[in-house]
Amino acid sequence: MTLLLETEGLEFHRYGAPVFRPLGLRLETGRAIVLTGPNGVCKTTLLRLLAGILKPVSGTLVHHAAHAFVGHLPAVKGDLSCRENLEYEQRLGLPDLALAEALAEVGLAGLGSRPARALSAGQKRRLGMARLLVRRSGCWLLDEPYASLDDAGCRRVDELIARQLEQGGVILATHQRHPHIDPHRIEQIALEFGQEGGVQA
Amino acid sequence: MSAQPYRALFRRDLKLAMRRLGESLLPLFFLFTVIVLIPLGVGPGPSLLARMAPGMIWVAALLSSLLALEHLFRPDLEDGTLEQWFVGETTVLGRVWARLASHWLITGLPVIVFSPLAAEMLHLPHRALGVMILSLLIGTPALSLVGGLAAALTLSTRGASVLLSILIFPLIVPLVIFATGAVSMAADGMNPYAHLGLLGAFTILAMTLAPFGIAAALRMNLE
Amino acid sequence: MIWNKLKLWFHMLGSAPYFYRFARAVAPWLWAGFAVTAVYATYLALYVVPGDYQQGDSMRILYIHVPVAWQAMFGYAVMTLLAIIALIWRIRLTEIMAMSCAPIGAALTLICLATGSIWGKPMWGTWWEWDARLTSMLVLLFIYIGIMGLYAAYDDKRKGARVAAILVLAGAVNLPIIHFSVEWWNTLHQGQTIRLMGESSMDPAMIPPLIWMVIATKLFFGAALLDRSRNELLEQDRSKKWVEMECTNQELNDVESTA
Repeated sequence: MTLLLETEGLEFHRYGAPVFRPLGLRLETGRAIVLTGPNGVCKTTLLRLLAGILKPVSGTLVHHAAHAFVGHLPAVKGDLSCRENLEYEQRLGLPDLALAEALAEVGLAGLGSRPARALSAGQKRRLGMARLLVRRSGCWLLDEPYASLDDAGCRRVDELIARQLEQGGVILATHQRHPHIDPHRIEQIALEFGQEGGVQA
Repeated sequence: MSAQPYRALFRRDLKLAMRRLGESLLPLFFLFTVIVLIPLGVGPGPSLLARMAPGMIWVAALLSSLLALEHLFRPDLEDGTLEQWFVGETTVLGRVWARLASHWLITGLPVIVFSPLAAEMLHLPHRALGVMILSLLIGTPALSLVGGLAAALTLSTRGASVLLSILIFPLIVPLVIFATGAVSMAADGMNPYAHLGLLGAFTILAMTLAPFGIAAALRMNLE
Repeated sequence: MIWNKLKLWFHMLGSAPYFYRFARAVAPWLWAGFAVTAVYATYLALYVVPGDYQQGDSMRILYIHVPVAWQAMFGYAVMTLLAIIALIWRIRLTEIMAMSCAPIGAALTLICLATGSIWGKPMWGTWWEWDARLTSMLVLLFIYIGIMGLYAAYDDKRKGARVAAILVLAGAVNLPIIHFSVEWWNTLHQGQTIRLMGESSMDPAMIPPLIWMVIATKLFFGAALLDRSRNELLEQDRSKKWVEMECTNQELNDVESTA
C-alpha cells in the first residue's frame, strides 16, 4: 500500500478570495478518491492543483509517483491522427500498452489513422482516456470522465479504472455517475459551498 | 531525466507545421511582399535601396516573426495540450525551449535562407552579405525568444494581437539597432564586429532570461 | 527597538484600511510640498536665472524637461522594485502600487516628449528628431502603455498585476540596453551636463531651479502614487466591509465639521 500523492493545507485563491478551505488528502495504491459536488464548486480547480497545473497559494503537495491528468479538454492535436497523438503521449514517459491495444481498449479500434479533428466529442474523450493507457502512471487524475460518453463508454471507463487500481490510484471528479467498482476501494469527498463563500470538504 | 519528451514535442511541432504548410510559410510570403512593395513605393534607385536594405530586411523579418507569434501558444491553450506541459515530472522550461526551437526553425530559418535573394533584389553590397546572414543567424533566435515572452504574457487576454504588437516593439529596439548597424557598417566597408558582438550579447541575455519569464507567464495565464 | 517598530508599521501598511487612511493623511502634504517647490522653482527658472548665451530664453524649458525625464525613469525603477516584491511575496498592496506607477510614469514621459519637442523647434528647427534621448523616451512610453494595456486586459486584478509585473521586469532589463543602443545609434542630443558626482559643466547659477524642480517632481510622484493606489484599492474593495465603514465615517466627519 504505497503512498502516491499527499497534500496538506492546500489553498487556492481566485479574484482575491479563497476558493476552498485548506484541504488535505492522501492517495494510496488500490484506492479511488471521488470528488463530488454541484457545478461551480471548483472540483476542476482542485484537480488541476493536484495535477500541478495551478500553483497553490499555501500548503504542501507531494507526488510520490508519476501522474497523468485528463481534464475537460481532450488534449489532442486535431491535425494529427489518433495514432500519432498516442505516439507522442507514449514518448513522454514509460510506455505501457501498445498503441493499437490502447485504441481497442477505449473502443476506437480501427480509427488509428483518422485525424483527431474528425472525431465526435465522445470519441475525443475516449482518445483522451487512451492517452492514459499508453503511458505508465501511478496516479490518474480524471475530471468528469463520464461526460459525453454513452453507457458502453461509461462501463469501459469503469473497467479501466478498476484495472488501474490494481497497481495505482485514481482521483476523479464527477457530479453525476459514480464509478461502479468495489465500494471498499472508494473514498468520497463531497465538496459543498461553505457559509462564507469558501468551499468545504 | 532524458530529453525524450522535449524531442518528442519538437518533432510534433514540426510535424504539425508540415501539415499546415501554407500557414507556416506565411511569414516567408510576407517577407517577400515587403521586399517587393517597398521598392515599388520608394522608387527603384539602387543607391537608395542599398541604404535601406539592411533595415528593410530586418523589419520584414521582425514583422513576419510577429505573424507567427499569435499561433505560438494559443492553439495549445485552446485544445488543452498547454496545461499538460505542467503535468508530470518534465520541466516546463524544457518544453518552452522545444517550442521556441521549432518556432525558429519554421520562421527564422526560412528568412535566413532567402535573405541572399532579398539582399540581391535590394542591391545590398556583396561585401555585406555575409554579415547580413550572420546578423540574422544571431538575431532571429532572440526574436523568437522575446516574441515568445510577449506571446506568453498576452495568452489569455482579450484583444491579444494588438497588445502583442505593443509589447514587442520596445523589447526589440536594441535588436534592430545592433543588427542593422552591423550590416550598414559592413556595407560601408567598416568593421561590424562591435555591433555583432552586442547583438550576440543581447541574444545570450534573451536566452538566459526569457524562458523563465515565459514559463511563469504561461502558468499564470493557465489559471 | 526602532527597527521592530518600523517592521510593524511596514506590516500594517499591507492591510488595506490602514494604507487607505495613511495615504489619505499623507498625500495632501506631499501635494502642498509639490505646489510650493514647483512654484518656487518656476519663479527661479523664469525670472532669476540668466538666459543661455546661445539659446536665449527658450532654454528655460529644460527646467521642466529634465526633471520630468529623470522622474519618468526613476518612476520605472520604483515600479520595478514594487513588481519584484509583488512577484516574490505576493503582497497585494505592492501589486496595486506597482500598477499605479505606470499611468503616472506614462504621463511624465509624455510631458517630457512634449517639452522636448517644444524645446527642439527653436533649437533644431523641427518638432521631432531621432536623437538618443527622445527616441529612448518614446520607447519608454510604449513600455508604460504596454504595462497599462496588459493590466487592463484582465478581470482578475491580482492575476493581471502579476502578469504585468513580469513585463515590468522584462522592460527593466531592457531599458538600460535600449538607452545605450539608441544613444550609440544617434548622438545628436546634448551630452550629459549634470553628473551625479563630480563637477557639472553647467553654470552654477543655473542649477538651483533644477534642484528645486527635481524635488518637486519627486513630491508629485509620491503624492500621485498614494492617491492613485488609494483609489484603486477603494474600487477593488468596493463591496468589502471596511470600505463601507470608511465611507460612513467620512460622512460623519464631514457632517461634524460642518455642524
